[in-house]
Amino acid sequence: MIDTKAIEHIAKLARLYVTEQEAAEFSKQLSGVVDHFKQIAQVETKGIEPLITPTDMKAYWREDKAKKEFTAEEMVSNAPQRTGNLFTVPPVV
Amino acid sequence: MSNPTIIAPKTYRGYEAVIGLEIHAQLKTQSKMFCADSTTFDAGDNENTSPVSVAMPGTLPAVNAHAIEFAIKAGLALGCEIRKKSVFARKNYFYPDLPKGYQISQYDQPICEHGKISFKVEDYDKTVRIERAHMEEDAGKSNHHGEYTLLNYNRAGVPLLEIVSGPDMRTPQEAAEYARTIRQVLIYLDVCDGNLEEGSLRCDCNISVRKIGAEKFGTRTETKNVNSFRFVEKAIEFEIERQIDAIEAGERIIQETRLWDPDKNRTISMRSKEDAQDYRYFPEPDLLPVIVTAEMIEKYRKDLPELPIARAQRFMSANGLPEYDALVLTTEKDLADFYEITAKISGNFKAASNWVMTEVLRELKQAEKEIKDSPIRPEQLGKLIALIDNNTISGKIAKTVFQEMWQSGKDPEVIVKEKGLVQITDTGAIEKIIQEVIAANAQQVADYRGGRTKLFGFFVGAVMKASKGQANPDLVNQILTEKLKG
Amino acid sequence: MDLNTASFKDISQAVKSKKASALEVTQHFLKRAKSLDSKLNSFITFNDKAEDEAKALDARIAKGEDVGVMAGVPFGIKDMFCTRGLKTTAASKILENFVPPYDATVVERLRKAGITVLGKLNQDEFAMGSSNENSHFGPVKNPWNVQYVPGGSSGGSAAAQAARLAAGTVGTDTGGSIRQPASFCGIVGVKPTYGRVSRYGIVAFASSLDQAGPMVSCVEDAATTLEVICGRDERDQTTSDHDVPKFSQNLKEDLKGMRVGLVKEYMTEKGLHADVQKTLDSAIETLKKRGAEIVEVSISLTNQAVPMYYLIAASEASSNLARYDGVKYGYRTNIESLGSMALDDFYCRTRGEGFGKEVKRRIVLGTYCLSSGYYDAFYNKAGQVRRLLRDQYSEAFKKCDVILSPVTTSPAFKIGDRISDPLAMYLNDIFTVSTNLAGLPGMSVPFGMSKEGLPIGVQLTASHFEEQKMLNVGYSLEQASSVKWKVANV
Repeated sequence: MIDTKAIEHIAKLARLYVTEQEAAEFSKQLSGVVDHFKQIAQVETKGIEPLITPTDMKAYWREDKAKKEFTAEEMVSNAPQRTGNLFTVPPVV
Repeated sequence: MSNPTIIAPKTYRGYEAVIGLEIHAQLKTQSKMFCADSTTFDAGDNENTSPVSVAMPGTLPAVNAHAIEFAIKAGLALGCEIRKKSVFARKNYFYPDLPKGYQISQYDQPICEHGKISFKVEDYDKTVRIERAHMEEDAGKSNHHGEYTLLNYNRAGVPLLEIVSGPDMRTPQEAAEYARTIRQVLIYLDVCDGNLEEGSLRCDCNISVRKIGAEKFGTRTETKNVNSFRFVEKAIEFEIERQIDAIEAGERIIQETRLWDPDKNRTISMRSKEDAQDYRYFPEPDLLPVIVTAEMIEKYRKDLPELPIARAQRFMSANGLPEYDALVLTTEKDLADFYEITAKISGNFKAASNWVMTEVLRELKQAEKEIKDSPIRPEQLGKLIALIDNNTISGKIAKTVFQEMWQSGKDPEVIVKEKGLVQITDTGAIEKIIQEVIAANAQQVADYRGGRTKLFGFFVGAVMKASKGQANPDLVNQILTEKLKG
Repeated sequence: MDLNTASFKDISQAVKSKKASALEVTQHFLKRAKSLDSKLNSFITFNDKAEDEAKALDARIAKGEDVGVMAGVPFGIKDMFCTRGLKTTAASKILENFVPPYDATVVERLRKAGITVLGKLNQDEFAMGSSNENSHFGPVKNPWNVQYVPGGSSGGSAAAQAARLAAGTVGTDTGGSIRQPASFCGIVGVKPTYGRVSRYGIVAFASSLDQAGPMVSCVEDAATTLEVICGRDERDQTTSDHDVPKFSQNLKEDLKGMRVGLVKEYMTEKGLHADVQKTLDSAIETLKKRGAEIVEVSISLTNQAVPMYYLIAASEASSNLARYDGVKYGYRTNIESLGSMALDDFYCRTRGEGFGKEVKRRIVLGTYCLSSGYYDAFYNKAGQVRRLLRDQYSEAFKKCDVILSPVTTSPAFKIGDRISDPLAMYLNDIFTVSTNLAGLPGMSVPFGMSKEGLPIGVQLTASHFEEQKMLNVGYSLEQASSVKWKVANV
């Protein structure tokens, strides 16, 4: 059971504003979903390593070479607010 | 980790300080940890960025092979075990300098673990455990302007090696020496340029106190913004006293991050770790685990240069240098290299050491140059010393030649020849000069023979002047003493 | 050439031999799309450079240049793929005005093969949904009956393709988002082996599950597309260097020697719509006639697949969506003066206002599953069971070459029917999620129609990198299908 207080705490961790109504709704719906997840707990998994990348493949790494493919202007072109070529945000205390 | 018994060389009002350091070293790669942006320090605003480092939708990390090499080399140099399989993990939190909303780091499977480093503190030896060293990416830079903050992501994504020590230090001095030693090793390996002011090396200090004899550790605080070794000592000193004051006053130590304020000489509370950040670490699904073979590790181990401590030991045992000399000469790899070549060419370890430590270092300091920019090459210095040792010139003349070498960069033999500075060792020639000096200074001769033995210096001076400083001083002394006997 | 039934090979051959111009082909689809799409709402953005792209292609052909195997083929691109200079929204308010300065690798490769881009296709927001009712730009309608959903999350791709508003489309599949809408709309949809196709430039939903793939009118077109988009990309280190065969040249109808598996646990699934059962049975008969051997296999972890999928997907998504914070790009909450709002408030409002409800729900769910105290029991545990599930498939594929199954329990449902019960919506994915969890290739081939006239597809799944076998069985079914290449009349 995930109560509304827990939902609010999690929403805060995720930096998501949820209304009281949404919190109540999520609490009900997600409690059901999480209950459903309990089926997984019943499977015996001692000593099994979690699977992250589902296809087996060999790792490869990038050669250390610098490339410049974009201008600063292009990188800030979508910024909601900018000062010159710097992104601008509310003050960080 | 089990705690070895560490005896604190210094205690504070009945308390013992427990100190650990987390050092973040920027690795000297051409490109960033997870994308091909350049890592140059002085680029224009956001010029060293691309969709990956600005965390645009759909972008993915691509691991830099060189960063892995550097991490392994550093780990080996710090005596660590290299994990054959290490995993990148996401550290999730929100902050404007963190474009993805998570940092790609390593969590429970770091690439290097269980190492140790030894160094000298004042007059005793200290060993500190290296719990782990792992790879991660740097954040961007924020510029605060009161009403708003500006963000530059040039630094976002630069590779970092985070080196975590065990809680093994007990004094601020130990911590500062530890940090100096780590820096020295990283520079020796050429994996980091160790510049604290520019931020390519950062120290975070973890400090707690406990009553002497207590088994459990006290609550620790983390202090950031410590950008010099001097500040490492001062910040730790302050924090120790602050914590003790608080405990004595019946207050609880809050687990938190603090900032060192160099202007006010104190640490200030930054953010409360009470509501401890839940980073929700999980393995990075955009990257495969880092698999390292025994062959790779061996290759990197063979590639390691001789490390400072081992090199100093060798200078002492094989070259017969005193400890002080050995330590000074090995503070920087370039300096040690310079010394070794000088010693090899001259065949005289002690003389090489003296010349490098006194003359060369003095000139470098005055000219504000680095050893690698010295106008005199070590081969040339070696030859200069050889010229003294084979009596071609005197030690005194050599100093003049050295100055000339520094100005012109010419070889010593060339200068000696050009200026006609070859030492006079022909006893006959010296005798002749001495006879002339004696003949011209009859009164002083009489006084000398009459007991004023201090006048000997006068005669030496006169002979040297007459010979333009080139008469071999030992021969002058010898013959003059003989002739003045009367 | 009837462009309603022209394959990629037909179009590119015609264009290269100058029997038709790329411009006329593009104009045909553009006109059709613009005039019919108001009924379907399958497009979010039309590419106003589409005709220029076609003209440029014609110019290159005139010069005798080599222009690629899909020359002149007009494509619709799901709005999860970044397209340089063309708005890319992931159907979300939080990206409503984002114009990427880069192409996704898939788009880059398709362009290199000669396509023209007609526009960006509607979808569930951030690919989270199975009905395309979760889009900031409104729901997409099923072209076979506009009261019904087209499926999701690649609903726009499926609808546009079924109505032939484009010659080909691409979608993304995390838990069935290509295969399910393909089935609901009567087209061919393929999800390749995880690692075949680069995810670079595709808005990330769940990193270890997402794959891009073709949503097209016939199996041959799907095969042609796979040849173009598959292959290692140095920008995505989870792509494999497994070689990419010429899939389209090896399609054959004869299935002698092919072993087709039926999953025991699927057969006992209650609540299978009668028409879906009928279609499946008919497919089994067809396969037998073509020479395939039918065998029974078992995936006992079938029931754990849906919870595993939602847990893992939501967890990875909660982290992947953290970058949408109003700082670098995208929507930002209204602030009078910067100094007047605390930073955390700024984030909470921007994200609270910018994300739709389903997205917020999943972020909360995912954050919960990764949070301290729950990680071991949830995310970590799910990962362990995931390995066991994959092992079960490996065992199954020792006994068969391809697995045949339904795509969904029922044909398309009415818009609004299932939106209020997320769990019920999630449970629909029972047949598709395992494929993503195990990293296997899967596809949907249209094979029947419900009594109400809504398409029903059948699903094929193969072992890692065995797309050719899967495509062959699909091709074989398609050639025998009564609904082969049926175009919806809008």
